[in-house]
Amino acid sequence: MSESWAIVLAVGAGTMAIKAAGPVLLGSRPLPAPVQRVVALLAPALLAALVATAALASGQQLVIDARLLGLAAAAIALALRAPVLLVVVIAAAAAAVARLAGIG
Amino acid sequence: MDQAPPIRFELRRGAVTAIPLAIAVGLFGVSFGVLSASTNGMGVLPAIVMSATTFAGSAQFAAASVLAGGGGPVTAILAALLLNARYLPIGVSVARFMLGGRVARFVQSQLVVDESWAIAARGGGEFDPHRLVGAGVVLWCAWVAGTVIGVLGGEALGDPRTLGLDAAFPALFLALLLPQLDGRRARAAAALGAAIAVVLVPFSPAGVPIIVAAGGALIGLVRR
Repeated sequence: MSESWAIVLAVGAGTMAIKAAGPVLLGSRPLPAPVQRVVALLAPALLAALVATAALASGQQLVIDARLLGLAAAAIALALRAPVLLVVVIAAAAAAVARLAGIG
Repeated sequence: MDQAPPIRFELRRGAVTAIPLAIAVGLFGVSFGVLSASTNGMGVLPAIVMSATTFAGSAQFAAASVLAGGGGPVTAILAALLLNARYLPIGVSVARFMLGGRVARFVQSQLVVDESWAIAARGGGEFDPHRLVGAGVVLWCAWVAGTVIGVLGGEALGDPRTLGLDAAFPALFLALLLPQLDGRRARAAAALGAAIAVVLVPFSPAGVPIIVAAGGALIGLVRR
């Protein structure tokens, strides 16, 4: 529980500082172009890493289980332009059904 | 203040435009609440406080995912903050349009999220601060209320694995990733990030592969 509060405090304070840095400190000066390019690519790099680890990692092992099936179902739903919440529900349902069937 | 009517107009315009998005954000908050209240989640009260103070969905899900995967608090914090680093250039882009002194600007800056930023955009790199505040307040309320509903409902749910909730994380991150892949560099950074993470999983503690994967963004330094 105290671990959770440490995370809440650190992420909260850090995010507030990141959001406020430009408006409070920088005024109207722009960031240097190379910095801007790298920062802009952090989100795609990290989100892709999160997709991969959340689907495949189990502790320090790579495993193929019902989560991958859920992810495949989510990809199909996204290709059909389903809203995000529906995509998440479909992924969870696909994984749950696969587990009921004894897969993963 | 002879400016009062237009200010109220833009505030309301921002708020009204945000309502359809707020419904989606609220439902998104519900899923964050449900996942936080389940086993290996961060717990009811921390989840609510986090939504109220951090107010950044993808970073909160990243922290929750690292925790659920057995990662430590430091890796969870780093992963979330790296993901929120995009608010640095976003904050800079709206900085010169914000009004008032340092305190007022601080408060306005906290209401910046992807959606309120998009609503406040007037085109040509210009932003309306009142529209930003109107939209930001509505989205914040939806996010926090959704989280509260989620944690309360989530406590009643059983084992998250039986419900396939662990498959909700990769699905959600995929949904957040797709709109970000708007160029060759972004796709290269994503491919690199995923590859780095997968390769590192067997060799490093949980959560660490995600942080190292941030290095995929360095491809932005490569010319063309």
